[in-house]
Amino acid sequence: MTRPIYLDYSATTPVDPRVVKKMVPYLGEHFGNPASRSHSYGWHAELAVELAREQVALLVNADPKEIVWTSGATESDNLAITGAAHFHTRKGKHLVTTTTEHKAVLDTMRNLERHGFEVTYLNPEPNGLLALDKLAAALREDTTLVSVMHVNNEIGVIQDIAAIGALCRARGVLFHVDAAQSTGKIPIDLSVLPVDLMSFSAHKTYGPKGIGALYVRRKPRVRVEAQIHGGAHERGMRSGTLPTHQIVGMGEAFRIAREDMSAENERVRALRDKLLTGLSAIEETYVNGDLHARIPHNLNVSFNFVEGESLMMAMKGIAVSSGSACTSASLEPSYVLRALGRPDELAHSSIRFTVGRFTTEADIDATVALVTCNVAKLRELSPLWEMHQDGIDLNTVQWATH
Amino acid sequence: MAYSDKVLDHYENPRNVGSFDKSDPNVGTGMVGAPACGDVMKLHIKVGEDGIIEEARFKTYGCGSAIASSSLVTEWLRGKTLSEALAIKNTAIAEELALPPVKIHCSVLAEDAIKAAINDYLGKRQE
Repeated sequence: MTRPIYLDYSATTPVDPRVVKKMVPYLGEHFGNPASRSHSYGWHAELAVELAREQVALLVNADPKEIVWTSGATESDNLAITGAAHFHTRKGKHLVTTTTEHKAVLDTMRNLERHGFEVTYLNPEPNGLLALDKLAAALREDTTLVSVMHVNNEIGVIQDIAAIGALCRARGVLFHVDAAQSTGKIPIDLSVLPVDLMSFSAHKTYGPKGIGALYVRRKPRVRVEAQIHGGAHERGMRSGTLPTHQIVGMGEAFRIAREDMSAENERVRALRDKLLTGLSAIEETYVNGDLHARIPHNLNVSFNFVEGESLMMAMKGIAVSSGSACTSASLEPSYVLRALGRPDELAHSSIRFTVGRFTTEADIDATVALVTCNVAKLRELSPLWEMHQDGIDLNTVQWATH
Repeated sequence: MAYSDKVLDHYENPRNVGSFDKSDPNVGTGMVGAPACGDVMKLHIKVGEDGIIEEARFKTYGCGSAIASSSLVTEWLRGKTLSEALAIKNTAIAEELALPPVKIHCSVLAEDAIKAAINDYLGKRQE
């Protein structure tokens, strides 16, 4: 059996073969510890780590000294938010974020709340974007940090981090951005963006899992309290022996991203638009999130009257994600779609398609055909579709909620 | 999550999909669940003059396990008396389909649909 068509690039990406090739020697012959200062094994590894640091910095136009290696974007988010919150308790203990952030941000905020901090969670507008006036109204004298993601993992919308950062800076508040979903997809220039802390992940950008980085601004200097202790690596911000092969992989992945981004985006956009055109031919489909302020890779669609998990089950030949509750242990549908004010039934009916480097036109054609036929099949099974066809407004029905 | 072979079989070849004429006095309708919860089951039973369920039909909006649970009960209901039908427990459905714990609610919904359809039928008979 052939493998399913992979349209889940926002979950993770395959490691680019060019990246694999660069990584392998650092598992074998160049195995040294980059912290070993007394011999050439260590020097070689250190050189590779510093070259990778430059490549990561170059993609976002930062100084390599501003890049701290971590185990991934989750750890970067933890370090940025908890680290900055704890460092600045003399100024205050209030933080601001949005309800559509990744769990790495939301759960970190919840944890801070258990330790005496206060957090304001802002709901974005129905298109997924944060309104600046809402943010301005939420900032207080004792606010120390605002955390807003660059690109949303479920719906792909791009927040205006330049404007949000300018507002934070004017009010003397630190600004953290989770950029796990944006590197290699949209240009990031930290020499002009008013961002103090930015989280990166390698495995969303064709690098390996288990490695990420945190950008910590030097001018003006941003301070965070270390969360992992044991040797004061990474200028005291993150201890632990550096995984040279992972770091080399992230460096190469980010180098490729910088070189290929514009050509790749054009190709990906054409594929996504083809997918959108194909799926739009199915009646009662709705795109979730703003279509313009959005990365070209993402299409999140609700197929009304069809439940998301059953649709995924029908499309065994395609690997996608659903915002339906049934995919997770909880019975709540996607919290992101709910935060946009999407009715629960549309959240239950949503599928996220994410296109990437190795997607082909044939993949898109096959996907459109499979989705079209299976939505029709499941609607034949759906009592809601039958009622809709009979002209019944489902909002007027008294449901036996369970 | 991996599905059991029985869930996959019912999902891929659902039995007795469809509806009967709701206004028929021999037909009972059970509609349970809510779109906001992610599953809605509609079950129709057709009861003979001898009080035996002749046929059952379903339509379900929900995950594969919900579809399989309702498909399975349409098979089980055929030929049963109303009291036999009322004795069908969700645990039997869950066991037959090897539903994992997070999907038990699908079998509960199927049991509720049977009860609702029988109640509807009995209500019509009293009129």
